[in-house]
Amino acid sequence: MEGGALKKNRWATWLRLPLPFFLALGIRKRERERERKREEVVEYFLMPNYKKPSPSFTFAIVFTYCATTAHKRSIMSGKDEVVLLDFWPSPFGMRLRIALSEKGVDYECREENLSDKSQLLLRSNPVHKKIPVLIHNGKPVCESLIAVQYVDEVWPRRSPILPSDPYARAQARFWADYIDKKIYDLGRKIWAAKGEEQEAAKRELIECLKLLEAELGDKPYFGGESFGFVDVALVPFYSWFYTYDTCGNFSVETECPKLILWAKRCLEKESVSKVLPDGEKVYKLVLELKNQLGLE
Amino acid sequence: MIFGSVKMAMADQTNVKLLGMWASPFVRRVQWALSLKGVISYDYVEEDILNKSSLLLELNPVHQKVPVLIHDGKVICESLVILEYMDETWKGIPLLPHDPHGRAMARFWARFSDEKLEPNAWTAMCSEGEEKEGALKRAIEAASKIEEQLIKGRRFFGGDDIGYLDVAMGWVACWLPVWEEVGAMSIVDPARHPRITSWAGDFLSHPLIRTNLPPKDEMVDYFHGKRKRIMAH
Repeated sequence: MEGGALKKNRWATWLRLPLPFFLALGIRKRERERERKREEVVEYFLMPNYKKPSPSFTFAIVFTYCATTAHKRSIMSGKDEVVLLDFWPSPFGMRLRIALSEKGVDYECREENLSDKSQLLLRSNPVHKKIPVLIHNGKPVCESLIAVQYVDEVWPRRSPILPSDPYARAQARFWADYIDKKIYDLGRKIWAAKGEEQEAAKRELIECLKLLEAELGDKPYFGGESFGFVDVALVPFYSWFYTYDTCGNFSVETECPKLILWAKRCLEKESVSKVLPDGEKVYKLVLELKNQLGLE
Repeated sequence: MIFGSVKMAMADQTNVKLLGMWASPFVRRVQWALSLKGVISYDYVEEDILNKSSLLLELNPVHQKVPVLIHDGKVICESLVILEYMDETWKGIPLLPHDPHGRAMARFWARFSDEKLEPNAWTAMCSEGEEKEGALKRAIEAASKIEEQLIKGRRFFGGDDIGYLDVAMGWVACWLPVWEEVGAMSIVDPARHPRITSWAGDFLSHPLIRTNLPPKDEMVDYFHGKRKRIMAH
């Protein structure tokens, strides 16, 4: 047995001896290859017909790089210029202000006179000529829900607005789209129209709000435990409920008490309470507007 | 509630099911996107929209419309929402561009085509007199805005290959000419809208699209019938 163990040891020694030798050979081979490549590169640049790029070509390359990465570099360097074209009672503008506030983004808010729109608004939103318009480092983004998604994608780290799971994102987009299709237009009919048109709009709005209330369920927010995309889409309309109640002669709170509780919960957040105007202030403006449009 | 009925419907092995209707441009968008994402085998259920199935009403109680995509038991409604879900779920050819501004632009124009061009084109086809003239004028204006803002020098909205906006606006290449014929009107005119016309030709001849189009003659008959029914009310 002892003899057998000694024999094994000898073989192990024999095998181990040449190993460093082979390793050294491999390392030396790689070094030689690297040297050869270095020589090739030097030879290339020493060649008589090597074409150096012309100054104008170099300038073009550098300029294109700078221009195409300016947007990315300014975001990364933290030097962002964010301008929001808005009108204070607009629930669509409020969505963006809430989103920017949630993200802690510094921005300049420019109030628009909708009967005398600025050149900047007309240039930035030539298709719809409407507020809100988010202008980020000179590039405009229009349509509030699209701009809120943009804000979420550009500043992803703080307070995510959309969830990370694709199915949860799809549900959030579905309900935000539903709010966009229904609430504003029905609300407008309630304060601007009369008679059967107003009554029909009132019935439909109550149905829509009840459906949203059912979707909220027992969750603190539409986004679940945290304030999210659907909350941002809907909560601005809370400032218009007083107007709907008064013009339509009904009470959103009576019809949808859970929704009002949800709205008050959202108002506990600074990003919402600082943005939403007082309901009576909105109503005063609507009365002025109705006067101007001869709707009384 | 929803998952119970989906389990019954999902007796087959495929985990992707689409509730659709052959002549719907919104359903076809989802089919084009499935094709781009390489989802070749999926269950397709043809819905009779005049006699909607209990499955459709249960899966999309809010709008009661097609398309409805069911993936691994998850129900997604609204075609543009489905496109974004697909882009986030299936890797491979990206539908939306990578940069946030490009994505915002694609979403903006898809929404514009759905809110301004499509409803006005539809109304113009299914009405007459002043209502038709008004809708037609608004549809042409919408098409002109798309023409002005379209990126020059690119074959597709997505760049060298088709993407989210091409799929979203594909109905303009395929359905709009049929509606123009049925409504005896012209909205996208090669003289007024050369870029849209050129894009439409490229889109329809794309290898993944040209084998996935509804038959034109049947579409013309179908929309003639639809127009008659709407105008009879």
